[in-house]
Amino acid sequence: MSEVLLAANGISKNFGGVRALANVSLTIGKGEIYGLIGPNGAGKTTFFNVLTGLYTADAGSVTLSGRALNLGQPHEVVRAGIARTFQNIRLFANMTALENVMVGRHTKSRAGVWGAVTASRATRAEEAAIVARAHTLLKYVGIDARANDLARNLPYGDQRRLEIARALATEPGLLALDEPAAGMNASETAALRELIAGLRSDGITILLIEHDVKLVMGLCDRVAVLDYGEKIAEATPEAVQRDPRVIEAYLGGPVE
Amino acid sequence: MKPLANLLPHPLPPAAAYGGAALAALALAAVPFVLGMNFGNSWVRIVDFALLYAMLALGLNIVVGFAGLLDLGYIAFYAVGAYLYALLASPQFGLHWPLWAILPLGATCAAAFGVLLGAPTLRLRGDYLAIVTLGFGEIIRIFLNNLNAPVNITNGPQGIANIDSMSVAGHALEKPLVVFGFPIPSLYLFYYLFLALAVLTMFICIRLEDSRIGRAWVAIREDEIAAKACGINTRNIKLLAFAMGASFGGVAGGLFAGFQQFVSPESFGLLESIMVLCMVVLGGMGHIPGVVLGALLLAILPEALRYAARPAQMWLFGRMLLDPEALRMLLFGGALIAVMLFRPAGLWPSAVRRREFAASGNGT
Repeated sequence: MSEVLLAANGISKNFGGVRALANVSLTIGKGEIYGLIGPNGAGKTTFFNVLTGLYTADAGSVTLSGRALNLGQPHEVVRAGIARTFQNIRLFANMTALENVMVGRHTKSRAGVWGAVTASRATRAEEAAIVARAHTLLKYVGIDARANDLARNLPYGDQRRLEIARALATEPGLLALDEPAAGMNASETAALRELIAGLRSDGITILLIEHDVKLVMGLCDRVAVLDYGEKIAEATPEAVQRDPRVIEAYLGGPVE
Repeated sequence: MKPLANLLPHPLPPAAAYGGAALAALALAAVPFVLGMNFGNSWVRIVDFALLYAMLALGLNIVVGFAGLLDLGYIAFYAVGAYLYALLASPQFGLHWPLWAILPLGATCAAAFGVLLGAPTLRLRGDYLAIVTLGFGEIIRIFLNNLNAPVNITNGPQGIANIDSMSVAGHALEKPLVVFGFPIPSLYLFYYLFLALAVLTMFICIRLEDSRIGRAWVAIREDEIAAKACGINTRNIKLLAFAMGASFGGVAGGLFAGFQQFVSPESFGLLESIMVLCMVVLGGMGHIPGVVLGALLLAILPEALRYAARPAQMWLFGRMLLDPEALRMLLFGGALIAVMLFRPAGLWPSAVRRREFAASGNGT
């Protein structure tokens, strides 16, 4: 692992009496694809939500490129450089694919009410740049042909791609993907795998939650395993697969 | 004239756009003369009010149509604008501020009230938000009703009378303006002022809709969590929606006070809020031309029914069976139900919304 991009230190989160995350620490290196796996209910999505500011952690801190993140403020986390997608796709259903990506440019543009109403030269130039960038990103994920379709009318695989394009529009240093292959068939998953590998070669660090073990093992440089809110392993995919604690978490303990 | 060209769905060649804009301007300028000469000046008055309602509906459309925040107390901002004008330009405090000073102040003041309403309701949506905003609207009305003691500010239920008329460029609009020896009646002058401001409001709305801010509003309406994940500061953007919507209400309120030269808390009841909401929903939520259409129709139709009820009954039955006032509300309610049944997306919805309703109608 080279330079550290993201470091989470001792993240804990309780919901009432339920302990969702207990003292989870991990570091993600720049340019890595980092996998986060674990049985259902292990706390993977909770960790995502803490990391991206949707939940506030009960304890712990996160730094991105050495700077502390203001957890609990999603828009500031995005501004700092973490973008995410959702396990159950959350697009702006009644906006076009292009408009969805344009919304993603929010933090990278600045026109306010006055600029919009007067349509000043700067605003018009910015607007044109937003449209151009959105088209570029749609091309990148391979759905520019459907730019003017409503997001709700896109096929499932394209909706996943659109969500990634929208996240990329914020120019993230770290892209957090929450089960991007959920519900995809084999060929869609293969295409997604290519897309993710391409993202990495373009310099984007990726945090990946995934149930598809083949996808995780094939793509990730390192994998962390959560079980009942605790990190029980962190290693290369091969080592994790052999780890007895991981096997126990997934398959249950040895039969007495 | 670029803005008017932007109103059209397809870009037109400049000559056609200019020609169309000139024709539209001419037609709009002729409206009071045509109405006044054929149907009497009371109709010009009705159209004047319809333009105020158009401004209100456009303002509410920002909050309800764009940002998707159901606001049942919107008329409170109209009240704020109206009372501000009444207090600053009447014998009540002996102040006589000019229109150009009061209107921006009214917009600012209403915007501040918009933020005041928005701030505590940021976490609420849908029915919960509706209930809180409804309460807010009533609080403002009740305040206006009771702020006559211990210090008399609003004159209580009696309202404020003898408000100064508005003057534009040194001419008081309550007097006819003589142009080349031809007098233009006062009601026509109000029409032109209101028309100008309604068109300006519409222009601002159109520019906002297709901007970074407008997209952020719609994103919040569509999915607030996803909007946050796109880096939108939903708190500020929602407050901005409340403030922008309220400021239009404040301007319309100021115009109302200067036009009527009398304000009382009665004019700002819940029914008025619901009326403006009906205009937005009936016309086509989120679609600016639809909202204007809804406002004009709902402001004019009830009056038309009032005028038509008597002759229609005399012709049908030879005598008056029902009081026109009662019949008017019956027909009005019937019309609302019919529109919601047969055109649930509104009379003139945006293309997107029409598709949305068509899709949900198919059970998808």
